[in-house]
Amino acid sequence: MTPSPPAATYFRYLAEGHFKIQRSPSTGEWVFYPRTIAPRTGATDLEWVVPSGMGTVYATTVKRMKPPIPNINIAIVELDEGPRMMTHVEGIAPEDVAIGMRVRAKIANGPDDAPILVFEPESRT
Amino acid sequence: MNAARNLRGKTAFVGTATFGCGEAPGYSALEIAAEAGRLAVADAGLQLADIDGLFICLPNDFLSGLTIAEYYGIRPKMTNNSRTGGSAFLGHAEWAMLALDAGLIDYALICYGSNQRTGAGKLVSAQAPSPFEHPYRPNNPAASYALAASRHMFEYGTTPEQLASVAVAARQWANLNPEAFRRGPLSIEDVLATRMVADPLHVAECCLVTDGGAAVVLTRADRAKDLAKTPIALLGTASATWHSEIAQLADLTVTAASESGARAFAQAGVTPADIDVANLYDAFAINTILFLEDLGFCPKGEGGRFVESGAIRPGGSLPVNTNGGGLSFCHPGMYGLFTLVESVRQLRGEAGERQVRNARLALAHGNGGTLSSQATCILGLPETI
Repeated sequence: MTPSPPAATYFRYLAEGHFKIQRSPSTGEWVFYPRTIAPRTGATDLEWVVPSGMGTVYATTVKRMKPPIPNINIAIVELDEGPRMMTHVEGIAPEDVAIGMRVRAKIANGPDDAPILVFEPESRT
Repeated sequence: MNAARNLRGKTAFVGTATFGCGEAPGYSALEIAAEAGRLAVADAGLQLADIDGLFICLPNDFLSGLTIAEYYGIRPKMTNNSRTGGSAFLGHAEWAMLALDAGLIDYALICYGSNQRTGAGKLVSAQAPSPFEHPYRPNNPAASYALAASRHMFEYGTTPEQLASVAVAARQWANLNPEAFRRGPLSIEDVLATRMVADPLHVAECCLVTDGGAAVVLTRADRAKDLAKTPIALLGTASATWHSEIAQLADLTVTAASESGARAFAQAGVTPADIDVANLYDAFAINTILFLEDLGFCPKGEGGRFVESGAIRPGGSLPVNTNGGGLSFCHPGMYGLFTLVESVRQLRGEAGERQVRNARLALAHGNGGTLSSQATCILGLPETI
């Protein structure tokens, strides 16, 4: 297996339209963010796998902007596979995002002209 | 645990000082730290040449140990620049304790300074942006602490009024401290009427952006008793690191303070009920609630109700952040060292109008990163050794 730099690989997949995270076959653990080694177990057999894309809002806040710039949701979503990630929950007013809300992953354009992973309420799609 | 227990009371804080708290226009961070250090050495009745262990981290100088040694013209045997954010200085005390007890050094100076208010005009962070957080442009550090607050509210029913009461308590203490940057009346309603920064945190629930410096001097107990002031014993100290970025903390309502606190209490041989005054790094209102719980001053989930009861205000059952804290006293970036300075001042009986009567035991607690690094020190009068 050719080693690939974990962070760059994650963003390359996103740019190609794929949301992939890592999983260790030996421990069964899913890993995010991408690393060369699984945290805690130390497993080095991490593979890139497509998760379900479904998750639940674990924590949420609203980044308050100076009007007329719209406020921005900042959330931590727990993927159904276990790992958590910082993200935006979009397609809903930032202050209406609630802990426990079921959300679905979507690739969007980020502020650096690079793709980022965001989420939308499951009920919207 | 026995090894740690043997360090109890072996070292003591013998000098302490602050400098330039609030605004120190024209001063560099180095100059502020150097002045605080000079004053702390003088407070101990020592000379700069006595300092052979130097512990420092400045916001803008990753090699500040070298810089300040040169500035003072001293040649320390040990220079420690370790950086864990605002908790760093309580960690420095832990390392100083070990080096002093081992006889590697005789006098340790821990100092810090920042000119972030008059120099930068905003909070200066030393944390490298994570490639997995930065694309979302969180208004950190506030956003990370706000996320923790949102989870605490969800799990335990903590209310906006309870968060606001942390800021109110800090202000009531600041009103008794002439050195505090923000003074004047502040009600729960006033706090909730301030601008929202990152829900549920209002600007009055976020740390100040000020200049300021602080310093402490430590030595071994045998040398401490010959110095200028009543030595304040270091009875227990411990640190813990669980994560760096907030999304990687396993449970946003439980911090590594639950671990650093438990180990520090075990080393000191005392319990939370014994503590007369607690100085907890209150970068944001949620911090005080989390640390009161994690350090064992109230059960997990009860922090909101505990602060709402008035327990931490002047006249309450547990005086907390008696200088006014990072919310109303001063917050020059990495604030942790000020929790040690205030603890020493309270135990020495130097706290003026805000003096906690008969204070024998104090707890200082530092936080670094985004609830990431936690460090606890338990201090006592000589009679508590």
